[in-house]
Amino acid sequence: MSGALIYACAGAVLFVFGVTGLILLPHLLRKILAFNIMGSGVFLVLVGLGQRDGTPDPVPQAMVLTGIVVAVAATALALALVRRLLSLTGKIQFPEESEGLGRCWKNK
Amino acid sequence: MFDPVPWLILLPLVWGCLTFLTGVGRGGRLVLAGLIIQLVLTIILARQIVMEGARHYAVGGWGAPLGVDLYVDGLTGIMLLLTHVVALPLVVYARAYFSSQAEGASYFWPLTCFLLAAMNALFMSADIFNIYVTLELLGLAAVGLVAAAGSAGSVTAAIRYLLVTLLGSGAYLMGVALLYGTYGSVSLAVLEPLLATTEISAAACLAAMLMLAGLLLKTALFPFHFWLPPAHGGAPAPVSALLSALVIKASFYLILRLWFDLFAPLVTTQAAQLLGGLGAAAILWGSILAFNQTRLKMLVAYSTVAQIGYLFLLFPLMTSAIPGAAESAMQGGVMQLVAHALAKAAMFAAAGVMVLSAGKDDIALLGGMSSHLPLTLFTFALAGITLMGLPPSGGFIAKWLLIDSAVSGGQWGWVVVMILGGLLSAAYVFKVLRQAFLPPVAGIKFKPVIRMLEWPAFLLALISLLLGFRSVEVLNLLGAA
Repeated sequence: MSGALIYACAGAVLFVFGVTGLILLPHLLRKILAFNIMGSGVFLVLVGLGQRDGTPDPVPQAMVLTGIVVAVAATALALALVRRLLSLTGKIQFPEESEGLGRCWKNK
Repeated sequence: MFDPVPWLILLPLVWGCLTFLTGVGRGGRLVLAGLIIQLVLTIILARQIVMEGARHYAVGGWGAPLGVDLYVDGLTGIMLLLTHVVALPLVVYARAYFSSQAEGASYFWPLTCFLLAAMNALFMSADIFNIYVTLELLGLAAVGLVAAAGSAGSVTAAIRYLLVTLLGSGAYLMGVALLYGTYGSVSLAVLEPLLATTEISAAACLAAMLMLAGLLLKTALFPFHFWLPPAHGGAPAPVSALLSALVIKASFYLILRLWFDLFAPLVTTQAAQLLGGLGAAAILWGSILAFNQTRLKMLVAYSTVAQIGYLFLLFPLMTSAIPGAAESAMQGGVMQLVAHALAKAAMFAAAGVMVLSAGKDDIALLGGMSSHLPLTLFTFALAGITLMGLPPSGGFIAKWLLIDSAVSGGQWGWVVVMILGGLLSAAYVFKVLRQAFLPPVAGIKFKPVIRMLEWPAFLLALISLLLGFRSVEVLNLLGAA
């Protein structure tokens, strides 16, 4: 297994961790952290797979830079919204009744 | 020759930055003037597409594979025209709306301009990484608009929407990474022949699944619809109209593009049947939930969940081997997209006027609306006609083409779903209309509303109704290659 492939596999594992956390964790700050872990996983895969015979390819690195900018902006927006929710409701969680898929009938 | 392509992305960005300078909550007149210019540009572009066919545009003179390419064809033209035809009346509506209710007005104008810039860029993007960037721009602008009302409910809806859209674009970017790792390019023009000629790799299949799953999440297809009703139902009315009419169509447009161009060698009949099945479930489940709502804007939001389902019926219908069936399925799907965008913008705008006048979002309080706001109620009913698919509306043409394709292709199951869906949408539209014709609830005082709130919504509903007579032009533009 080449070094590049190890990075890509680690990235895939991080991606799965991130997605799982984003869906399952109730605390919103943890959800935001999980999103960042998921993003880092994708970036590792991009850089890891984007190598030709051991020489790094600059194009995916430029893409990762763009991706990091987007992730920082999204994280900032998410944190601002969560702070707002905290000051409005005093909780850093989604309200109970509107959680998950099973809440459809309760909206009646 | 004057080329409107780069201006359609640059101009809304310029308006967005300028409205920051004009100050919080101001700048509506500037956006109105800007959108008129953009509408003229899209009409010029659509004419060019019809006359000269599809073409590439190299940004800054740097062509692919080094630079970023833009690509316009008939479908792009339809989406751009639709965006501006829907957005222009909504801008007039929003100016009137925010003059009577300041809540949510603060950053509406710059965010709307960024939303339009992101959508225009998305429709014209020709490489999968650029599409990712525009998807994120679109998502962030839309989340900002949802949160603008500032109440706990809308902030919760905005956070949920943000997390969903980030998850969706994360999955999409993973797909891009896998495709780049396998084929060494992100340009659609380079990838398409590569995927079509080489042996299908597992990485490409996984990439296709991740990208499509991410986009389905953003399009809110059943069972991924859970985030849509609170986000669309809780936002200020002009925002709900923009989101429900246009933003979800952007990710559907990408699914359409990827499914039939890039991933055409990978997709199977079973996958298409699965999408159609989810669409059918969305139609029935969304309509039933819409009927069960007690809040008017939530009813309209659930109706969006149902109407998205019709769009996905075109995937199984396109697999038909009968000549003509696949073609009319595509035409029907695109007509449904256009008709629903116009009707849903009109319906949310009309619902916003009624809620503003009644002071509270509750269907039970609508009694007496028929004599107080007859034009707005008429608008709601006209939009309802398109959603039900009654002639001569655009929705009728769309459903007719889809049913025609299903019948000639021998796929009878979808016909039953579409007819049932039409009946169910009639049920929830008439639920509202019936209440509006009852005598007013004791003690309720309707506030008067200004005229400029009612007419833009009516105009949108009228366009969606008259679309039935001009559908040939739309389908001509679609066919321009």
